[in-house]
Amino acid sequence: MTRQQVLDLYFIEARAKLIDLGAFLDRVERAAGEEDFRMTAFRAALGELSQGETSKARRVLLSFSDPTTEPIPAATTKAACGAWPGTK
Amino acid sequence: MRYIEPHGHMVSRTTDDYRDMAAAGCAAVCEPAFWAGYDRGSVHGFHDYFCQLTDYEPKRAAKFGLPHFCWLCINPKESEDVKLASEVIAIIPQFLERPNVLGIGEIGLNKNSRNEMKVLEMHVDLAARTNQLILVHTPHLEDKLKGTRLILDVLKADQRIRPERCIIDHVEEHTVQMVLDAGFWAGMTLYPESKCTAARAVDMVEMYSRERIWMNSACDWGVSVPLAVPYAALEMRRRGYSAEAIDKLIYQNPAQFLGQTPKFKLA
Repeated sequence: MTRQQVLDLYFIEARAKLIDLGAFLDRVERAAGEEDFRMTAFRAALGELSQGETSKARRVLLSFSDPTTEPIPAATTKAACGAWPGTK
Repeated sequence: MRYIEPHGHMVSRTTDDYRDMAAAGCAAVCEPAFWAGYDRGSVHGFHDYFCQLTDYEPKRAAKFGLPHFCWLCINPKESEDVKLASEVIAIIPQFLERPNVLGIGEIGLNKNSRNEMKVLEMHVDLAARTNQLILVHTPHLEDKLKGTRLILDVLKADQRIRPERCIIDHVEEHTVQMVLDAGFWAGMTLYPESKCTAARAVDMVEMYSRERIWMNSACDWGVSVPLAVPYAALEMRRRGYSAEAIDKLIYQNPAQFLGQTPKFKLA
């Protein structure tokens, strides 16, 4: 597909997702209380979108990922939360 | 249009879903063993589940002319209990000769724990000893990158394992390349909220490979779409793909991998 064809096919959908993202940030920021590590990771991932390089989806996924290499001692839960607690 | 659903947890779905899948062109459905949403209390629960996968479920699918195949294991979500896992793995061989059993799966990791690693190695050993195909689940969200690396390390360390007989499922943009580079097949799971959308799956096909890759719905009892594969085919059609190119990804590729076991026969 040409760049114009990609825009014709996906621009409106991407625009809607971007507005949803803004609304989510507004919702979090007007709520009482403190943020946790998930929002730290989220803001770091947002930064990946404004980088000029390619592979933005891959870099967003990497920024949310646990970068360690050793198995954990034991699984204490079954669910994942979407962000690594160690994100700075 | 014809397609194969290579990963669907049909015991969690209604009979209406079988009807809709058959109407959409599904030629076969393959069901990996899965977590029930709660931990089963004993090996007897798994025995009954394996009977369901190898006896009752194929009959339910056959009502719609749909061949049903399955994979057997104790799912990574229940792998923290190594003693129970050992008992379950010990009963799997008595089911392996059943006509719809394709191999061992979906094994793998969930939270990347030491016990999960032990159980993964036990499953890999069973598959190697009995010459079974392997279907691997990779962890969710923040655990996927690390878990995929650990899984590849385990598989590559066992010299009996042939990568072309293993599919590493639920790949995303940050894991697909390492899976394909190591010679394994890659599965892309189409979920509304996690894993990947149809558009991203087609992007990965365009960026990484049209070979050794398939798409599946992994429909289960959670938020998932049993018709996700034909919907992804529509996404390809919107981008101008030919009918042949679509057929290769959603029918020929899974048929090629699954055809490595003589049990996978299509009418």
